[in-house]
Amino acid sequence: MAQNMTLKDTAREVRVYSARTAVAVLVTSVALTLVLARYFSLQVTDFEIYRTQSERNRVQLQALPPKRGLIFDRNGTLLADNRPSHTLSLIPERVNDMDATLSRLGELVALSDDDVEEFRRKLERRRPYDPIPLRFQLLEDEQARVAVNRHALPGVVVEAQLLRHYPHGELLAHVLGYVGRINESELETLDTSDYRGTFHIGKVGVERYYEDRLHGEVGYQNVETNAHGRVLRVLDRFAPVPGVDIALHLDLDLQRTAMQALGDQRGALVALDVATGGVLAMASTPTYDGNLFVNGISSRAYAALRDSPDVPLFNRAVQGQYPPGSTVKPLIALAGLQSELVTPETTVPDPGWYRLPGSSRRYRDWTLSIRGTGHAPQVDLNMAIAESCDVYFYDLARRLGIDPMHDYLAPFGLGSRTGIDTTGERSGVLPSSRWKREALNQVWYPGETLSAGIGQGYMLSTPLQLAVATATLANRGKFQTPRLVRQVGEAAPETPVSHYVDAAPEHWDAIYQGMRDVVHGARGTARSVARGMTYEMAGKTGTSQVIGIAQDAVYDEDAVAERHRHHGLFIAFAPLEAPQIALAVIVENGGGSSAAYPIARTVIDAWLMREGA
Amino acid sequence: MPESSGDFARAPGASRLFQVDLPLLLLLMLLAAFGLVVLYSAAGQDAGIVARQARFFLLGLLAMLLAAQISPVRYRRWAPWLYLLGVLLLVGVMFLGVGAKGAQRWLSIAGFRFQPAEIMKLVMPLMVAGYLADRALPPRLGHTLVCLGIIMLPGILILRQPDLGTALLIIASGLFVIFMAGIGWRYLAGVVVFAIASAWPMWMFVLEDYQKQRILTLLNPESDKLGAGWNIIQSKTAIGSGGWQGKGWLQGTQSQLDFLPESHTDFIIAVLAEEFGLRGVILLLSLYLLILLRGFWIGMHAQSTFGRLLAGSITLTFFVYIFVNMGMVSGLLPVVGVPLPLVSAGGTSLVTLMAAFGLLMSIAAERRVIGQ
Repeated sequence: MAQNMTLKDTAREVRVYSARTAVAVLVTSVALTLVLARYFSLQVTDFEIYRTQSERNRVQLQALPPKRGLIFDRNGTLLADNRPSHTLSLIPERVNDMDATLSRLGELVALSDDDVEEFRRKLERRRPYDPIPLRFQLLEDEQARVAVNRHALPGVVVEAQLLRHYPHGELLAHVLGYVGRINESELETLDTSDYRGTFHIGKVGVERYYEDRLHGEVGYQNVETNAHGRVLRVLDRFAPVPGVDIALHLDLDLQRTAMQALGDQRGALVALDVATGGVLAMASTPTYDGNLFVNGISSRAYAALRDSPDVPLFNRAVQGQYPPGSTVKPLIALAGLQSELVTPETTVPDPGWYRLPGSSRRYRDWTLSIRGTGHAPQVDLNMAIAESCDVYFYDLARRLGIDPMHDYLAPFGLGSRTGIDTTGERSGVLPSSRWKREALNQVWYPGETLSAGIGQGYMLSTPLQLAVATATLANRGKFQTPRLVRQVGEAAPETPVSHYVDAAPEHWDAIYQGMRDVVHGARGTARSVARGMTYEMAGKTGTSQVIGIAQDAVYDEDAVAERHRHHGLFIAFAPLEAPQIALAVIVENGGGSSAAYPIARTVIDAWLMREGA
Repeated sequence: MPESSGDFARAPGASRLFQVDLPLLLLLMLLAAFGLVVLYSAAGQDAGIVARQARFFLLGLLAMLLAAQISPVRYRRWAPWLYLLGVLLLVGVMFLGVGAKGAQRWLSIAGFRFQPAEIMKLVMPLMVAGYLADRALPPRLGHTLVCLGIIMLPGILILRQPDLGTALLIIASGLFVIFMAGIGWRYLAGVVVFAIASAWPMWMFVLEDYQKQRILTLLNPESDKLGAGWNIIQSKTAIGSGGWQGKGWLQGTQSQLDFLPESHTDFIIAVLAEEFGLRGVILLLSLYLLILLRGFWIGMHAQSTFGRLLAGSITLTFFVYIFVNMGMVSGLLPVVGVPLPLVSAGGTSLVTLMAAFGLLMSIAAERRVIGQ
């Protein structure tokens, strides 16, 4: 019986299956007929249309590159613009003999090996009717020679194109960065349809950070061309959307003042607008000319920049990591007040050296080698800041401990990237026992806390971080992310206020008084800078005991004697009663802070006494 | 002879002769030869690519002949374990997979890279056919739902990689089994309604941006002339300008001048159409049609339910490859990554395809063994 059931089911199954197969054969036949009909309509019905389209005399789609956004300073002075330039390009499919054409062109215009090599690389990537650039910025007589010989050079075209230009090349190279030709690795990550017709892209700095906004959107047009690639007429056109113009917080005059004040020395200066966190000036010396990179710097010129011991390509303001030295003392003093370990009246005995309990090692004050003694028998907070007393801060650091010290200093932006809108920013080091365990896999030693208390040892910060910490001080604890760009197109992006550092008003005042006396006090370490000053400045000197700083922030033991001199640092804000500008200066191997504070004075003078201030 | 789910292939006296379906073998060889000729032109006359393809084809032949020697009964017994393995590998891809171009499809074991989805192409019809073979057919609703579960589990895993083309092929191969098993037309209508109703959530939550772009591009290729629409405009131009005669082998301007993207992989039919004209297209379609008819014939004459369902599914899936590829290149369908079978350059997918024909031959062999 069961077998009968199976038999019956099987019979039905086979019947159903046969019916389904019939349906399947029908459906597949109909579908394939549909496909055949489609190919018939393309290949027979519309044959003429498509044949014409594929003919040599055909409609071409041309990309229209957008105009790159301009960059202005805060007063509307143009810092980066676009200038017309003539580019010699080749359309590969129209060139009969590529090698012969290249060698003929080499007789008409100057072609470097780099030009030809770059061209051949692009040749493999672009579509055969896309023009591929060979030489940028043709001179007028070169244009003329190509034009005269044009009949013998099928596929060769000269196109007018806008090229980036930096009117103040060396002054702003580290701020703006530069654009350069798109390289192969960028081609792989870019949306290539958006960059069709564009040969340049922001490489570093503001040009890179704001690439998306500056670039704009590509447009295109359909053109009818003849066999020589000459455009006969434009059929339709979709205009490109130009990139957005950008305005910086930076003041070109102040930037120039800062660069001139740094002069031939290696160093950096960052000046911030206390109210907004905007960068008024960001100088790094030595510098270079961003215009060199726009059309591909020659390999020799690049090697010279790259291999120079002065590392001009290195933006010291955000990439340089230096021991902050005594410039951290106001922050540590504030930590002492916040933690109630000291009051402004607390004093510490200062024989010129300090010893950890139970240890025989003496930690020297900088006065010991000069005067043979300390600053005074008893030193209070004001004197400790004004005269930069190491012993006071050795003692405070020991009582504070390294990890609380870390926690008090971190909100000022030390030890982490500030988040400024440019490329290459480094984080510096704000040491803690945890940091040392993770970075070096070592335990923290008590003596290292003392070094940290005077900004030495493991502690490293960028000039930008010091400027931001100074602005935060001047702002009574309001930390603002520093911004180079003030306006993108019509939009004025609000500066993000990250957080507040909480301290009592009298604590801020005590720190301000100490920093005022650095400049205006009878024994202040920067008292010489106050001569003839018409406003009150708060400052702090610093000297960092290092030997030359290389690009990767590794100390070079073999550096020449000049590079063994200490770095000079200075942080300042002014005017004291209503701070407008906060800055940090470092002069590499300047010998001491006296190399740095005159620069700060020059820049602050220029800002407070500018026209319209 | 009574049909049963018993182990008849192992019955004493069963022939151990070398099993091969000659008509199918002949058709496949003809197709592959035509494919290699087109490929040589499409790959810019690069003999290396052709040699590589030929090696993979030989490897595929080997896999096919090997697969043909194994009895369907065995496949059926192995199906659940292969399915389990396939799903585990897909899960493995999710966590350990190697990515390329934003998708994570590859698994690397002991330096050997492969796509578990390829295995699923074979295993899916085996599993669903194996499941339904024991059940009363046409399948009841409960069994159908179980099948849908079996289908969607790996289907969703592959969709998430994301690999829309492969996922659709694998899901389709499972659904074809249910279709061939005789599921009621009412249910089929339900599925169609469901598919239309689920289009919106698919669009919102499942499809990746690039997949949506392809659909939008299909609807209006002019909307993105420099980007995704480029391929379609160029392939249509290539096909259309071929006309009836074709421009001649190696003479296609669209393909030889690099206007046509992906010319030796997914878009190779455009090269064929440009250089061999509509005549070449008709020749190709005829070969495909004959292979399809042979597949259906093997299904009709299979001796077990399992064999019938499997043969029907494999044949219909093969049809989907042809239809989707030729449809997308000519602008009928959105561009999904489906190669033109046996013509497009491709390594593992070619071997998988040949192995599937091996399964067909195994089913054909079962018939002959029984017949003796």
